[in-house]
Amino acid sequence: MKKLPRLFTFAAPKTFYRLATVTGPWLYAIAAAFAIWGLYVGFFVAPTDATQGDSYRIIFIHVPAAWMSMVLYMAMAGWAAFGWAANARLASMMARAIAPTGAAFTFLALWTGAFWGKPTWGAWWVWDARLTSELILLFLYLGFMALVEAIDDVRRADHAGALLAIVGAVNVPIIYFSVRWWNTLHQGSSISMTAAPKMAHTMLLSMLLMTVAFWAYAFAVVFMRARAVVLEREIGADWVQALAAKK
Amino acid sequence: MVWNSASDFFAMGGYGLYVWGSYGVTAAWMLLEPLLAARRHGAALQAVADMEDEQG
Repeated sequence: MKKLPRLFTFAAPKTFYRLATVTGPWLYAIAAAFAIWGLYVGFFVAPTDATQGDSYRIIFIHVPAAWMSMVLYMAMAGWAAFGWAANARLASMMARAIAPTGAAFTFLALWTGAFWGKPTWGAWWVWDARLTSELILLFLYLGFMALVEAIDDVRRADHAGALLAIVGAVNVPIIYFSVRWWNTLHQGSSISMTAAPKMAHTMLLSMLLMTVAFWAYAFAVVFMRARAVVLEREIGADWVQALAAKK
Repeated sequence: MVWNSASDFFAMGGYGLYVWGSYGVTAAWMLLEPLLAARRHGAALQAVADMEDEQG
Protein backbone atom coordinates (compact mmCIF):
# COMPACT_ATOMS: atom_id res chain seq x y z
CA MET A 1 0.00 0.00 0.00
CA LYS A 2 2.96 2.26 0.52
CA LYS A 3 3.38 2.80 -3.22
CA LEU A 4 -0.18 3.89 -3.82
CA PRO A 5 0.24 7.64 -3.24
CA ARG A 6 2.88 7.81 -5.99
CA LEU A 7 0.23 6.99 -8.54
CA PHE A 8 -1.54 10.18 -7.65
CA THR A 9 1.54 12.36 -7.52
CA PHE A 10 0.57 14.29 -10.63
CA ALA A 11 -2.96 14.68 -9.34
CA ALA A 12 -1.62 17.31 -6.96
CA PRO A 13 -1.95 20.74 -8.58
CA LYS A 14 1.53 21.67 -7.34
CA THR A 15 3.24 18.70 -9.00
CA PHE A 16 1.23 19.09 -12.17
CA TYR A 17 2.15 22.76 -12.33
CA ARG A 18 5.84 21.87 -12.28
CA LEU A 19 5.39 19.14 -14.88
CA ALA A 20 3.53 21.53 -17.19
CA THR A 21 6.18 24.23 -16.71
CA VAL A 22 8.98 21.89 -17.73
CA THR A 23 7.27 20.14 -20.65
CA GLY A 24 5.57 23.20 -22.20
CA PRO A 25 8.49 24.56 -24.27
CA TRP A 26 9.40 21.05 -25.49
CA LEU A 27 5.85 20.42 -26.63
CA TYR A 28 5.82 23.68 -28.59
CA ALA A 29 9.15 22.71 -30.16
CA ILE A 30 7.82 19.28 -31.15
CA ALA A 31 4.69 20.88 -32.60
CA ALA A 32 6.73 23.37 -34.66
CA ALA A 33 9.17 20.71 -35.93
CA PHE A 34 6.43 18.32 -37.02
CA ALA A 35 4.40 21.15 -38.59
CA ILE A 36 7.40 22.23 -40.69
CA TRP A 37 8.08 18.65 -41.74
CA GLY A 38 4.41 17.96 -42.44
CA LEU A 39 3.93 21.15 -44.46
CA TYR A 40 7.09 20.46 -46.45
CA VAL A 41 5.82 16.99 -47.40
CA GLY A 42 2.30 18.31 -47.95
CA PHE A 43 3.23 21.18 -50.26
CA PHE A 44 6.48 20.13 -51.89
CA VAL A 45 6.45 16.34 -52.05
CA ALA A 46 2.81 15.27 -52.27
CA PRO A 47 1.54 15.49 -55.87
CA THR A 48 -1.49 17.38 -57.14
CA ASP A 49 -4.65 15.29 -56.78
CA ALA A 50 -6.04 13.93 -60.05
CA THR A 51 -9.66 14.82 -59.31
CA GLN A 52 -9.55 17.69 -56.79
CA GLY A 53 -6.47 19.53 -58.02
CA ASP A 54 -4.57 21.40 -55.31
CA SER A 55 -7.65 22.17 -53.22
CA TYR A 56 -7.22 18.78 -51.56
CA ARG A 57 -4.14 20.15 -49.71
CA ILE A 58 -6.58 21.55 -47.16
CA ILE A 59 -6.88 17.96 -45.89
CA PHE A 60 -3.50 18.26 -44.13
CA ILE A 61 -5.04 20.60 -41.55
CA HIS A 62 -8.74 19.81 -41.94
CA VAL A 63 -8.60 16.18 -40.87
CA PRO A 64 -6.18 16.67 -37.93
CA ALA A 65 -8.29 19.61 -36.68
CA ALA A 66 -11.46 17.52 -36.90
CA TRP A 67 -9.78 14.62 -35.08
CA MET A 68 -8.53 16.95 -32.34
CA SER A 69 -12.00 18.45 -31.95
CA MET A 70 -13.38 15.00 -31.10
CA VAL A 71 -10.41 13.73 -29.07
CA LEU A 72 -10.32 16.89 -26.97
CA TYR A 73 -14.03 16.69 -26.32
CA MET A 74 -13.66 13.14 -25.00
CA ALA A 75 -10.70 14.24 -22.88
CA MET A 76 -12.66 17.20 -21.54
CA ALA A 77 -15.72 15.10 -20.74
CA GLY A 78 -13.54 12.38 -19.18
CA TRP A 79 -11.67 14.80 -16.91
CA ALA A 80 -14.89 16.61 -16.00
CA ALA A 81 -16.60 13.32 -15.12
CA PHE A 82 -13.59 12.11 -13.12
CA GLY A 83 -13.34 15.43 -11.32
CA TRP A 84 -16.98 15.14 -10.32
CA ALA A 85 -17.01 11.43 -9.42
CA ALA A 86 -13.69 11.36 -7.54
CA ASN A 87 -13.91 14.92 -6.24
CA ALA A 88 -10.56 15.62 -7.90
CA ARG A 89 -9.96 19.36 -8.30
CA LEU A 90 -7.16 19.09 -10.83
CA ALA A 91 -9.27 16.92 -13.16
CA SER A 92 -11.98 19.59 -13.24
CA MET A 93 -9.35 22.24 -13.89
CA MET A 94 -8.03 20.20 -16.82
CA ALA A 95 -11.53 20.03 -18.30
CA ARG A 96 -11.75 23.83 -18.17
CA ALA A 97 -8.29 24.21 -19.65
CA ILE A 98 -9.13 21.91 -22.58
CA ALA A 99 -12.45 23.53 -23.56
CA PRO A 100 -11.20 26.65 -25.40
CA THR A 101 -8.65 24.67 -27.43
CA GLY A 102 -11.26 22.05 -28.30
CA ALA A 103 -13.67 24.77 -29.38
CA ALA A 104 -10.92 26.33 -31.50
CA PHE A 105 -10.13 23.08 -33.30
CA THR A 106 -13.85 22.55 -33.90
CA PHE A 107 -14.10 26.00 -35.42
CA LEU A 108 -11.00 25.35 -37.56
CA ALA A 109 -12.42 22.02 -38.76
CA LEU A 110 -15.62 23.82 -39.82
CA TRP A 111 -13.72 26.75 -41.33
CA THR A 112 -11.28 24.70 -43.38
CA GLY A 113 -14.18 22.42 -44.31
CA ALA A 114 -16.12 25.38 -45.69
CA PHE A 115 -13.07 26.48 -47.70
CA TRP A 116 -12.77 22.96 -49.07
CA GLY A 117 -16.49 22.50 -49.64
CA LYS A 118 -16.84 25.61 -51.80
CA PRO A 119 -14.52 24.47 -54.62
CA THR A 120 -15.47 20.77 -54.42
CA TRP A 121 -19.23 20.87 -53.71
CA GLY A 122 -20.00 24.42 -54.82
CA ALA A 123 -21.27 25.41 -51.35
CA TRP A 124 -19.59 26.82 -48.23
CA TRP A 125 -22.10 25.05 -46.06
CA VAL A 126 -24.72 22.31 -46.35
CA TRP A 127 -26.94 20.88 -43.61
CA ASP A 128 -25.35 17.49 -43.98
CA ALA A 129 -25.13 15.09 -41.00
CA ARG A 130 -21.34 15.39 -40.64
CA LEU A 131 -21.29 19.18 -40.78
CA THR A 132 -24.34 19.63 -38.58
CA SER A 133 -23.08 17.29 -35.84
CA GLU A 134 -19.68 19.04 -35.90
CA LEU A 135 -21.47 22.39 -35.51
CA ILE A 136 -23.35 20.95 -32.51
CA LEU A 137 -19.94 20.00 -31.07
CA LEU A 138 -18.90 23.65 -31.25
CA PHE A 139 -22.08 24.66 -29.40
CA LEU A 140 -21.39 22.00 -26.73
CA TYR A 141 -17.91 23.43 -26.12
CA LEU A 142 -19.26 26.98 -25.97
CA GLY A 143 -22.11 25.85 -23.72
CA PHE A 144 -19.66 24.16 -21.34
CA MET A 145 -17.48 27.27 -21.17
CA ALA A 146 -20.44 29.60 -20.63
CA LEU A 147 -21.98 27.34 -17.98
CA VAL A 148 -18.87 26.96 -15.81
CA GLU A 149 -18.20 30.70 -16.02
CA ALA A 150 -21.78 31.55 -15.08
CA ILE A 151 -21.77 29.77 -11.72
CA ASP A 152 -19.80 31.50 -8.97
CA ASP A 153 -19.23 28.48 -6.73
CA VAL A 154 -16.34 26.82 -8.58
CA ARG A 155 -17.02 23.24 -7.52
CA ARG A 156 -20.74 23.54 -8.29
CA ALA A 157 -19.77 25.02 -11.64
CA ASP A 158 -17.45 22.05 -12.23
CA HIS A 159 -20.29 19.62 -11.49
CA ALA A 160 -22.76 21.38 -13.75
CA GLY A 161 -20.16 21.51 -16.51
CA ALA A 162 -19.41 17.82 -16.06
CA LEU A 163 -23.07 16.93 -16.49
CA LEU A 164 -23.30 18.92 -19.71
CA ALA A 165 -20.02 17.48 -21.03
CA ILE A 166 -21.09 13.88 -20.30
CA VAL A 167 -24.51 14.26 -21.92
CA GLY A 168 -22.90 15.95 -24.92
CA ALA A 169 -20.38 13.12 -25.35
CA VAL A 170 -23.05 11.13 -27.19
CA ASN A 171 -22.52 13.53 -30.08
CA VAL A 172 -18.93 12.41 -30.70
CA PRO A 173 -19.71 8.92 -32.04
CA ILE A 174 -22.54 10.51 -34.04
CA ILE A 175 -20.00 12.79 -35.76
CA TYR A 176 -17.62 9.93 -36.37
CA PHE A 177 -20.15 7.50 -37.83
CA SER A 178 -22.34 10.12 -39.53
CA VAL A 179 -20.72 9.48 -42.90
CA ARG A 180 -21.68 5.81 -42.62
CA TRP A 181 -25.11 6.09 -41.01
CA TRP A 182 -26.47 8.73 -43.33
CA ASN A 183 -26.14 9.54 -46.96
CA THR A 184 -23.88 12.55 -46.64
CA LEU A 185 -22.29 14.92 -49.09
CA HIS A 186 -19.19 14.72 -46.92
CA GLN A 187 -16.79 12.04 -48.11
CA GLY A 188 -16.18 8.89 -46.09
CA SER A 189 -13.28 8.26 -43.72
CA SER A 190 -9.83 8.92 -45.17
CA ILE A 191 -8.34 6.29 -42.93
CA SER A 192 -9.88 3.04 -41.85
CA MET A 193 -8.62 0.36 -39.50
CA THR A 194 -9.78 -2.36 -41.85
CA ALA A 195 -8.85 -1.12 -45.31
CA ALA A 196 -5.82 0.27 -47.08
CA PRO A 197 -5.61 4.07 -47.14
CA LYS A 198 -7.40 5.64 -50.09
CA MET A 199 -4.63 8.12 -50.81
CA ALA A 200 -1.03 8.36 -51.91
CA HIS A 201 1.64 7.62 -49.32
CA THR A 202 3.06 11.12 -49.30
CA MET A 203 -0.41 12.61 -48.77
CA LEU A 204 -1.02 10.25 -45.88
CA LEU A 205 2.42 10.98 -44.41
CA SER A 206 1.81 14.73 -44.43
CA MET A 207 -1.58 14.29 -42.76
CA LEU A 208 -0.10 12.09 -40.02
CA LEU A 209 2.81 14.49 -39.41
CA MET A 210 0.35 17.36 -39.06
CA THR A 211 -1.68 15.23 -36.67
CA VAL A 212 1.39 14.77 -34.43
CA ALA A 213 2.01 18.52 -34.62
CA PHE A 214 -1.59 19.30 -33.62
CA TRP A 215 -1.44 16.84 -30.72
CA ALA A 216 1.77 18.39 -29.38
CA TYR A 217 0.33 21.88 -29.88
CA ALA A 218 -2.86 20.94 -28.03
CA PHE A 219 -0.89 19.52 -25.10
CA ALA A 220 1.35 22.59 -24.97
CA VAL A 221 -1.40 25.18 -25.03
CA VAL A 222 -3.71 23.23 -22.70
CA PHE A 223 -0.84 22.84 -20.21
CA MET A 224 -0.15 26.56 -20.33
CA ARG A 225 -3.82 27.39 -19.77
CA ALA A 226 -4.04 24.76 -17.03
CA ARG A 227 -1.14 26.46 -15.23
CA ALA A 228 -3.14 29.69 -15.27
CA VAL A 229 -6.28 27.92 -14.02
CA VAL A 230 -4.33 26.23 -11.21
CA LEU A 231 -2.93 29.58 -10.04
CA GLU A 232 -6.31 31.28 -10.27
CA ARG A 233 -8.00 28.63 -8.19
CA GLU A 234 -5.23 27.73 -5.75
CA ILE A 235 -4.26 31.33 -5.06
CA GLY A 236 -4.54 30.84 -1.30
CA ALA A 237 -2.25 27.79 -1.20
CA ASP A 238 1.17 28.09 0.40
CA TRP A 239 3.06 26.77 -2.61
CA VAL A 240 1.40 29.34 -4.89
CA GLN A 241 2.40 32.13 -2.52
CA ALA A 242 5.94 30.76 -2.41
CA LEU A 243 6.01 30.71 -6.20
CA ALA A 244 5.24 34.42 -6.39
CA ALA A 245 7.77 35.19 -3.66
CA LYS A 246 10.50 33.49 -5.69
CA LYS A 247 9.86 35.74 -8.65
CA MET B 1 9.17 19.29 -57.85
CA VAL B 2 5.48 20.08 -57.81
CA TRP B 3 5.76 23.82 -58.58
CA ASN B 4 7.46 25.65 -61.44
CA SER B 5 7.64 29.05 -59.76
CA ALA B 6 6.67 30.98 -56.64
CA SER B 7 3.57 32.41 -58.31
CA ASP B 8 2.64 28.91 -59.38
CA PHE B 9 2.91 27.89 -55.74
CA PHE B 10 0.76 30.75 -54.47
CA ALA B 11 -1.86 30.17 -57.15
CA MET B 12 -2.35 26.58 -55.93
CA GLY B 13 -3.66 25.52 -59.31
CA GLY B 14 -6.44 28.12 -59.10
CA TYR B 15 -7.43 27.16 -55.55
CA GLY B 16 -5.25 29.77 -53.83
CA LEU B 17 -8.14 31.51 -52.07
CA TYR B 18 -9.39 28.26 -50.57
CA VAL B 19 -6.04 26.77 -49.60
CA TRP B 20 -4.56 29.99 -48.17
CA GLY B 21 -7.88 30.98 -46.62
CA SER B 22 -7.77 27.71 -44.68
CA TYR B 23 -4.10 27.79 -43.77
CA GLY B 24 -4.05 31.51 -42.96
CA VAL B 25 -6.81 31.38 -40.38
CA THR B 26 -5.44 28.17 -38.84
CA ALA B 27 -1.91 29.59 -38.59
CA ALA B 28 -3.14 32.90 -37.20
CA TRP B 29 -5.12 31.16 -34.48
CA MET B 30 -2.29 28.79 -33.59
CA LEU B 31 0.06 31.72 -33.13
CA LEU B 32 -2.49 33.78 -31.18
CA GLU B 33 -3.77 31.12 -28.78
CA PRO B 34 -0.39 30.39 -27.09
CA LEU B 35 0.03 34.15 -26.54
CA LEU B 36 -3.43 34.39 -24.97
CA ALA B 37 -2.73 31.40 -22.73
CA ALA B 38 0.65 32.81 -21.70
CA ARG B 39 -0.94 36.16 -20.95
CA ARG B 40 -3.58 34.54 -18.78
CA HIS B 41 -0.84 32.72 -16.89
CA GLY B 42 1.08 35.97 -16.46
CA ALA B 43 -2.02 37.71 -15.13
CA ALA B 44 -2.60 34.87 -12.66
CA LEU B 45 1.00 35.12 -11.42
CA GLN B 46 0.55 38.87 -11.04
CA ALA B 47 -2.64 38.36 -9.03
CA VAL B 48 -0.76 36.08 -6.66
CA ALA B 49 2.02 38.64 -6.25
CA ASP B 50 -0.47 41.47 -5.66
CA MET B 51 -2.22 39.45 -3.00
CA GLU B 52 1.08 38.92 -1.25
CA ASP B 53 1.87 42.64 -1.30
CA GLU B 54 -1.47 43.42 0.29
CA GLN B 55 -0.77 40.99 3.06
CA GLY B 56 2.66 42.55 3.50
